[in-house]
Amino acid sequence: MISLQLIQDSVPFLLKGAGWTVVLSLGGMAFGLLLGFSLALMRLYGYQPLRWLSRIYVSFFRGTPLLVQLFMIYYGLPQLGLQLEPLPAALIGFSLNMGAYTSEILRAAIASIDRGQWEAAASIGMSRAQTLYRAILPQAARTALPPLGNSFISLVKDTALAATIQVPELFRQAQLITARTFEIFTMYLAAALIYWLMASVLAHFQARLEARVNRFEQDS
Amino acid sequence: MISVRNLKKAFKGSEVLKGIDLDVAPGEVVAIIGPSGSGKTTLLRCLNLLEEPSGGKIRVGAIEIDADRPLKGQSGLIRKLRQHVGFVFQSFNLFPHRTVLENVIEGPVQVKKEARAQAVERARALLAKVGLAGREDAWPRRLSGGQQQRVAIARALAMQPDVILFDEPTSALDPELVGEVLATIRDLAEEKRTMVIVTHEMSFARDVADRAIFIDHGVIVEQGEARALFSAPREERTRQFLSKFLLDRQA
Repeated sequence: MISLQLIQDSVPFLLKGAGWTVVLSLGGMAFGLLLGFSLALMRLYGYQPLRWLSRIYVSFFRGTPLLVQLFMIYYGLPQLGLQLEPLPAALIGFSLNMGAYTSEILRAAIASIDRGQWEAAASIGMSRAQTLYRAILPQAARTALPPLGNSFISLVKDTALAATIQVPELFRQAQLITARTFEIFTMYLAAALIYWLMASVLAHFQARLEARVNRFEQDS
Repeated sequence: MISVRNLKKAFKGSEVLKGIDLDVAPGEVVAIIGPSGSGKTTLLRCLNLLEEPSGGKIRVGAIEIDADRPLKGQSGLIRKLRQHVGFVFQSFNLFPHRTVLENVIEGPVQVKKEARAQAVERARALLAKVGLAGREDAWPRRLSGGQQQRVAIARALAMQPDVILFDEPTSALDPELVGEVLATIRDLAEEKRTMVIVTHEMSFARDVADRAIFIDHGVIVEQGEARALFSAPREERTRQFLSKFLLDRQA
């Protein structure tokens, strides 16, 4: 039976865990975007060695399980003399992984903008950086936002993997409570509902942001 | 105003421009005509370095680009040249995420660092001049092709360029919209603005341009006073190219 009392007692623990889930998600997305943007620019406009570096990076981080990447960072790096706390290890793992995915999304979105836009900006004397910032990225955002939003929601769910490297996030808290109370179904259901809530909030903001960047496309 | 010497352009081994010399005087309107693939658009795009020439020299006012040297080292100079050279594209290339007014002030504010209020004031005047007063806040996609092209002309004018280049400005337009764009360009010609126009609109070129240049296979075949060139071309190749146009007139 589902015990209300148990849920009530567990809520503070679950919320504390959810707090870490939010930290991992936002941090992973923020650093992932920065990294992904750099990788996309390297791939699009860098010198040949940088292009290859970017390709290999993306290929590796998309082609290997996130769980294995987290284990390499948390359990593997100490062997090479680099001992990380669970939270930074997880944050680094998620950022590196997100970097690979977002770079592909951003690269495709930037490449999809018509060459005429670069030329129009050049014709009024803009530099390449100015063109990218003022003309290309605002339009690329339109293309990039839906897949970026999807990646972000995936990331929120994937942060549960951090439980395996001792980060006390939502799933880990649910595990700990379960071990104590044996209310297995209840606890995991509660955790699932919190994940669902977070994903729904994200989806809502994604929709609003998409409407905003699309406003120049709509009939007025 | 413009001086081009021995301009060359090769695409993957094939020579598109074979050493073009061209001078444009201040206030002069020059029409460049020629068959597709003749190199006329490439020539125009080389003038503001949208296309990188393989060799030659391009001077606009006091700014000279030497394409016989690597262009990478001259990128600052190229940007400076472009601020003095307006360019109007066949496909308009307005910024779709900016309103009509934002399109027009983008260059003055972002590139020339003009005060926004001043740029807005001039942009409004320019939009009125091209017949688009009241459409300042419209999105480009909401406008007809002819209106978009007139915004593009206002955007080029907003930079207060010494010369404006037009690359087949009416080729992407529905026939009934061609006239309004040509009328706008005609007005600019009457103001004695320096312009180089690549066009297929032969009667427009004849009536508006001071000088016409016929290009074929990457060389200037013939050039001269526009009316003279259209009514009595000297070269056989020019006559051939203009034959349909000349026949239509006789009919």
